[in-house]
Amino acid sequence: MAKSEVKLLGAWPSPFVMRARIALNIKAVEYEFLQETLEPKSQLLLQSNPVYKKIPVLIHADKPICESLVIVQYIDDVWTSGPSILPSDPYDRAIHRFWAAYLDDKFYPTLRSIRAAQGEEARKALLEQLAEGIALLEEAFGKCSQGKAFFGGDGIGFLDIAFGCFLGLLRATEKMGGVKLLDEAKTPGLVKWADRFCADGAVKGVMPETEKLIEFAKVFMAKMRGAPAK
Amino acid sequence: MAEELKVFRTWSSPFALRVVWALQLKGVPFETIYEDLSNKSSLLLQYNPIYKKVPVLVHNGKPLAESLVILEYIEETWKQTPLLPQDPFERATARFWARFGDDKVLPSIWNVFIKQGKEQEEAMVTAQGSLKYLEEELRGKKFFSGEKIGLVDLAFGWIANLVDVFEEVKGVTLIDHENHPLLLAWKQNFMDAPIIKESWPSRDKLITKYHAMLEAYTAKEAAAK
Repeated sequence: MAKSEVKLLGAWPSPFVMRARIALNIKAVEYEFLQETLEPKSQLLLQSNPVYKKIPVLIHADKPICESLVIVQYIDDVWTSGPSILPSDPYDRAIHRFWAAYLDDKFYPTLRSIRAAQGEEARKALLEQLAEGIALLEEAFGKCSQGKAFFGGDGIGFLDIAFGCFLGLLRATEKMGGVKLLDEAKTPGLVKWADRFCADGAVKGVMPETEKLIEFAKVFMAKMRGAPAK
Repeated sequence: MAEELKVFRTWSSPFALRVVWALQLKGVPFETIYEDLSNKSSLLLQYNPIYKKVPVLVHNGKPLAESLVILEYIEETWKQTPLLPQDPFERATARFWARFGDDKVLPSIWNVFIKQGKEQEEAMVTAQGSLKYLEEELRGKKFFSGEKIGLVDLAFGWIANLVDVFEEVKGVTLIDHENHPLLLAWKQNFMDAPIIKESWPSRDKLITKYHAMLEAYTAKEAAAK
């Protein structure tokens, strides 16, 4: 398949874009990465994702697919000769989907709010919420991995991708906040999993360095403070 | 081994209704357990400790929560009467719209119902924007999924019965003939479809319930000011 048949519209700091890239890498799909400027949003973005106007957008044979988890499932459905991303058993698939939805509906909004939190009280409360979420994920890791390396077993799976994409942000939050979110004492499973995930061939080239993310967060926060009130 | 399939629901939950519809459309027998959310059973709390909500599906002792996750599980476990298309792009499109319903359409319509003044006005603008997408999606189709009911129709099912309950209780118009002729046609087709039409919760009971909810919310907001 020609490289230009598969395009991914995205930006390097986005964990959601990373999900799509990891999935494409697992399947060894060649694709063209189109760096989206976001300010202003490109014509291509507005045309291919008119509903949300967000990245990532996968463009396959000129057809756009939006929403990172939908994209990852699409990649799994289309490129069937590569390793499977979702588990084969329907119940296991449902568990992966359940936790992926939890990550998007609960976990990420909390993580994102920490950046903008006003005051120490608010920040502490959010960090506690996040820690509770991480404890749940540590338990889920035990159940899903069944002693193997990843949520998906021997290889990276759907839930590894859904959660692992946030590791950069988690590490940046730890450094900026002087806190420990993944901790050898409290979350030993996840600590080892995180190292394995980041070292994996499908992830290494697309996981942003923590320092770069911290710089990016600072610029982002400054812009937010400078932005006019809604 | 005898199949054991249980669905935890309430009489009114639109999310639980999705699961009930999916199983009924596929002709899969199941046991129903009605929950009183003001007095949750220990089983519910055990099966859904994270959200403590309905629906919960328990299949041979294994619990699942979150209605859209449950729908995909049902689809993959019982292959008759498929609810999702075979083509990967069409499947992705269906999944996209199902999530859009819960992430954008439902919250904006809910805010039109529950909020007042400026917040209500802003919610109406968002809701109309979302409904426009739905209207466009129905172009040339009887159901969102095509000729037959599918996952997206089940996901949007609450629009068919609850929106007009909200309209009546609140005294607003969300869906009208001028702007949403296709959506209104879909609503009629969906409400009257075999199996679907037998399972609607009592409209009168819903009016009473949402009336009470709106009053309680409004009183709380007034007291907080």
